[in-house]
Amino acid sequence: MAPYASDDSTTAGEVDEQRSGRRKAARYVVPVTVIGVAAATIGLVPALADSGDPDLPKITAQQLIEKIAESDVQQLSGTVKISTDLGLPNLGGLESGLLSGAAGQGEGGSSADPTAKLTELASGTHTLRVAADGPDRQKLSLLENAAEYSIIHNGKDVWGYDSKSNEVYHGTSSKSPEHGKDQQPPATPKDFAEEALKAVDDTTSVTVDGTAQVAGRDAYKLVVKPKQSGSTVGAISVAVDAKTGMPLKFTLTPASGGAAVIDVGFTKVDFAKPAASTFDFTPPKGAKVTEDKDAGKDSEKAPGTTFDKGGAREHVPKAGEDFGKGLDGMKTIGEGWNAIATFDTGGEGVPSGGAGGDLGGFMDSLGDKVHGEFGSGTVFSTRLVNALVTDDGKVYAGLVTKDALVKAADAGK
Amino acid sequence: MSRADLSAPQGRGELRDRPQTARTRRTTFRATLLRNELLTTFRRWRTLALLAVLAAVPVLVGIAVKIETGDGSSAGPGGGGGPAFISQITNNGLFLVFTALAATLPFFLPMAIGVVAGDAIAGEANSGTLRYLLVAPAGRSRLLLTKYATVVVFCLAATLVVAVSALTVGALLFPLGDLTTISGTQISFAEGLGRALLIALAVAASLIGVAALGLFVSTMTGSGIAAMATTVGLLITVQILDQIPQLHALQPYFFSHYWLSFADLMREPVYWDDLTKNLGLQALYAAVFGSAAWARFAAKDVTA
Repeated sequence: MAPYASDDSTTAGEVDEQRSGRRKAARYVVPVTVIGVAAATIGLVPALADSGDPDLPKITAQQLIEKIAESDVQQLSGTVKISTDLGLPNLGGLESGLLSGAAGQGEGGSSADPTAKLTELASGTHTLRVAADGPDRQKLSLLENAAEYSIIHNGKDVWGYDSKSNEVYHGTSSKSPEHGKDQQPPATPKDFAEEALKAVDDTTSVTVDGTAQVAGRDAYKLVVKPKQSGSTVGAISVAVDAKTGMPLKFTLTPASGGAAVIDVGFTKVDFAKPAASTFDFTPPKGAKVTEDKDAGKDSEKAPGTTFDKGGAREHVPKAGEDFGKGLDGMKTIGEGWNAIATFDTGGEGVPSGGAGGDLGGFMDSLGDKVHGEFGSGTVFSTRLVNALVTDDGKVYAGLVTKDALVKAADAGK
Repeated sequence: MSRADLSAPQGRGELRDRPQTARTRRTTFRATLLRNELLTTFRRWRTLALLAVLAAVPVLVGIAVKIETGDGSSAGPGGGGGPAFISQITNNGLFLVFTALAATLPFFLPMAIGVVAGDAIAGEANSGTLRYLLVAPAGRSRLLLTKYATVVVFCLAATLVVAVSALTVGALLFPLGDLTTISGTQISFAEGLGRALLIALAVAASLIGVAALGLFVSTMTGSGIAAMATTVGLLITVQILDQIPQLHALQPYFFSHYWLSFADLMREPVYWDDLTKNLGLQALYAAVFGSAAWARFAAKDVTA
C-alpha cells in the first residue's frame, strides 16, 4: 500500500489501519454536507425571501375597486404564470391536438391562428410573456418547449406567429383602440379581474383580505364571493398592486374545495416602456402566412366581445368547449352567479364543432347521461363549468351545479 | 518533491523538460498533467470515433431536411413535430446548429460524456496504469481534478464539434442571413452566431452534471466497461423517469430536466429562469458527485 499511498502519506501499522478506515468514512461527510447545504438553501431561501405581508394603509373594498377602475397602466412588460385545472379529462397532448387540429382545419389550417392556439391555455400550467405600450401595441407570447407562440398587435396589424411550425397568421384590427384591445385574449390577471368585477352586484360579497407580495410588489388582496348557493365558484381572490392599482394575481377557487381552478399571476412585472422592437414583426422567410379571411368582421369571433354577465366568467372553458361555433341566439337564464347560458345548436345532441362524427362520438363518451322532465341529455362536468346538452340539441351551461342545470332545462321545457 | 523526478508516467506521451527551479517545476507539472490527460484522451481512437459520430448527426439531419424539402415543401410534419427548430432550417442554415444540438443533447452527447467520464479512473485501473499515475507527486485530489477537467473539456469539445459541423453543413446546404427569434423578432446574422455560441456553451454546461456522475461511478469500480455502462444506464433511466408524470415532484432535480432550456436563449428577450435553474442544478451535481468521487478515490486502495 505504501508506495501508492495518497497525499496523506499513510504509513503501515495497525493503528493507522483503523484510523484510515475512520478517515475514509469521514471523507463522505463532504458530499453529504454539500447535499445538506443545497437542500437547506432550496428550502430556506424562499422562506427568507418571503418577508411577510407588507404593511399598507387600510383601504375599503369600494376604494380598492375604484383603484382598479382608475388604474391606467399603459406600459408594462412581464411574465405571467397561468395554471388552469378545470377538471377536464386528462388526455394530455391528445386533447389539445384534437381541439386545435379540428379548429385549424375549420379555420383554414393554420396552427398560428390565435383561437386555435389559445385553447391550450384551458388546461395545465403555462408561462406567458406580456408586453404593452399604449392601446395600439401589445404582445403576448406563450412560452413552449423550445418554441413560442406570439400574438403581436401593432397598430392595424395583428400577427400570430408559431415558431414551432413556422406559420404566421395575419389579421387586421379596425382603427378604434378599444377594438384592438378586444383582440387580445384574456391572459393577464387584469383581464380576469375585470371580468370578475363586472359580475359584482348584490349577489356578491366583496372584501379586502389583507395584503400580499406578488412579483416583488406590495399588493392588496380583494376577495369576491358569491352569496347564493348553487354556484360552483367558491371565491375569487385578486391581488391588486398598491401603487398602480393593477391586478397582479387572480385566483379562482371552486366551491368544492381543492386546488384553484384558475390561477393567473405575474411572476415578474416591470412598468417601464418595453423596447419598440418588441412589437415589430415581419414574417420570416419561408414562413407560411395565413391571412384572416373575414378580417374586419372578426369582432364576432373576438373572445372579448362575447362577454356579458354569466358568459363572461365561463369564458375560458367556453373557448375549449364550444369554440369554433357561432354563439348565435345565446340566452341567459337566472342572474348573478347562478346565471345559465343556453343556446340551440340546431339539432345535434353533442357538440361536434367542425370536427365531424368521430370527435362527436368521442365527446359523448366523456359525459354523463341524465334524464329529467325535459327528456334526456348529456352532462359534461368540470370543476367549474357544467354543461348540459339535451338530445334535442339545446345547450345549458353555467358555473352551477348539475342539479341546477337540470332544473333550468326542466323550466325551459 | 524528490519523487517528482522519478515519476514520469510511463507510456503516457512525451513529458516535461527536466531542469527547472522547484517553483516553476511545480506549476509546469500541474499544466503538464492536464496536457497529458488531454492528449491521451483526445488521441484515443475511441474518443475520435465518438466525435466523428457526433459530427455526423448534423450532416444526416441536414441532408434529410434537404431531400425532404427538395420539392419546396416545408420540413417536418405540418403540426411542427420533430426536433426543435427543424421547420426553420430550410430558411436559415444557422437553425441547423440549434436543431443538431437539440437532437444530440438528449442522448448522443451525454452518452459520449458518459463513455469518457466512466473511463477516466476505471479505465486506468483496468489497464493497470492507475498505480503509475499515482506515483506522480500530484496527489490523488489533483489527479481527480485533472481527470474531471479533462472530461469537462471534452464536453465543450463534443458540443463544439456538433455546432461547427452543423454550421458548416447548414452553410453549404441552406441560405444564411438574418434570422427570426422564436419570439418573432428579427436579429442580425452576427447576433445569431453569437447566440449560437452561447447556446453551445449552455449545452456544454448542461453536461457537467453527467460528467461528475460518470467520474464518481468511475471511482467505484475497476472495470472501465462497467463504469461506462452504469453511467449510460443511469442517463437513460433518468431520461425515462423524467417522462413519467407521477414523478413531477422529483423531476426538477433530475440532471436532464432543464436540458432543453438552452432554446430559451433564442427568445427575445432571453428567458433566463430555466437557464439559471439548469446551471445551478449542474453545479449542484458537479459539487455532490465531484466530492463523492473525491471521498471515494482519495481513500481507495489501489491494487491495479
